[in-house]
Amino acid sequence: MKILIVDDFSTMRRIIKNLLRDLGFTNTAEADDGSTALPMLQSGNFDFLVTDWNMPIMSGIDLLRQVRADDKLKHLPVLMVTAEAKRDQIIEAAQAGVNGYVVKPFTAQVLKDKIDKIFERVNG
Amino acid sequence: MEHKNSTEADFASAVALHAPQLQLSLEQGDLQEVTRIVAQISQARESILYQEVGRLTRELHSAIVDFDIDPRNPHAKEMSQITDASERLQYVVKMTDQAANCAIDLVEASAPLVNYISYEAQSLMTEWQRFMRREMKADEFRMLAPRIEAFLGRSLHDSDQLSANLNEILMAQGFQDLTGQVIKRVMTLIADVESNLLKLVVMAGQVDRAVGIEHSIEDLRKKPAIENKSNAGEGPQIHADKLENVVTDQVDVDDLLSSLGF
Repeated sequence: MKILIVDDFSTMRRIIKNLLRDLGFTNTAEADDGSTALPMLQSGNFDFLVTDWNMPIMSGIDLLRQVRADDKLKHLPVLMVTAEAKRDQIIEAAQAGVNGYVVKPFTAQVLKDKIDKIFERVNG
Repeated sequence: MEHKNSTEADFASAVALHAPQLQLSLEQGDLQEVTRIVAQISQARESILYQEVGRLTRELHSAIVDFDIDPRNPHAKEMSQITDASERLQYVVKMTDQAANCAIDLVEASAPLVNYISYEAQSLMTEWQRFMRREMKADEFRMLAPRIEAFLGRSLHDSDQLSANLNEILMAQGFQDLTGQVIKRVMTLIADVESNLLKLVVMAGQVDRAVGIEHSIEDLRKKPAIENKSNAGEGPQIHADKLENVVTDQVDVDDLLSSLGF
């Protein structure tokens, strides 16, 4: 299971990376915005994408749309972990095809629940 | 002229001062005198306005100059104070980043120590229980004893290390005090600048009224169309609990998504 973590703040990437490691996912890579993440996704055989929304150059919602528009990536499970908390935004993300949505600040348990749920659905 | 009171009061008293004479001159048909008095009133008004603008400008300036947080910096006064404010906020970003990274470093350094203790304790527990049930042969116990000794020795050492790491994590939270102070100062500056800008806006309104300029409401409302920034995101919602179109927690998010069929 190879996971790409996308967030413009390195501390948030490290926190998510550590939480994922505790959940048994040790194969992770990091990117600091959508524009650096997309080429990594296109060439890196990732199984799962965890992305922030608010980032410079390419936002997480745009990254999500690019992923869904890419024939090779369109089935990639995407979990959004973000401070964006407007109802319209959550609806927007859902319509863009997000698989899970976690609002910051979040707990390790919430992250685990959402990841479990996503894989239950993907595998089920 | 005395200017202890508000501009309008000053102006009113200047008018009141000249009014009887003006009326008298009007009644007498002395147009030259009327013109002279009107000019005097007008001059008084301008002078009061200039003084008010000057006073507000000085207040605004001093509000900005007052924003001098770091007396140790000899160049503080030469810098733009607003630039200084953003530098201070940059300092907050740097401090919080350092503290977060420091804490994560220590957590990452501590995790293997805890993992070892947990793993080895589990393994030794199984062996120890065999020994207690007298299921262990003498030479097996001879193998177990040095493992127990090594475990105890390493536990002692690692728990010291963990304790030191916890202490360092605690100390890393000291950023809160320093950044809190800086942020409070910047908030005070913003409040000062806002209140002075507000005064300037009110002042501008008074100047407009005094000189008879009228702005069309349509022009004032005609703001450049706000571009749709939703793609860029808005960052954390500060008053999530008071806003209707904003979720307050993960439960809200889950409810909303499940209402959408998720």
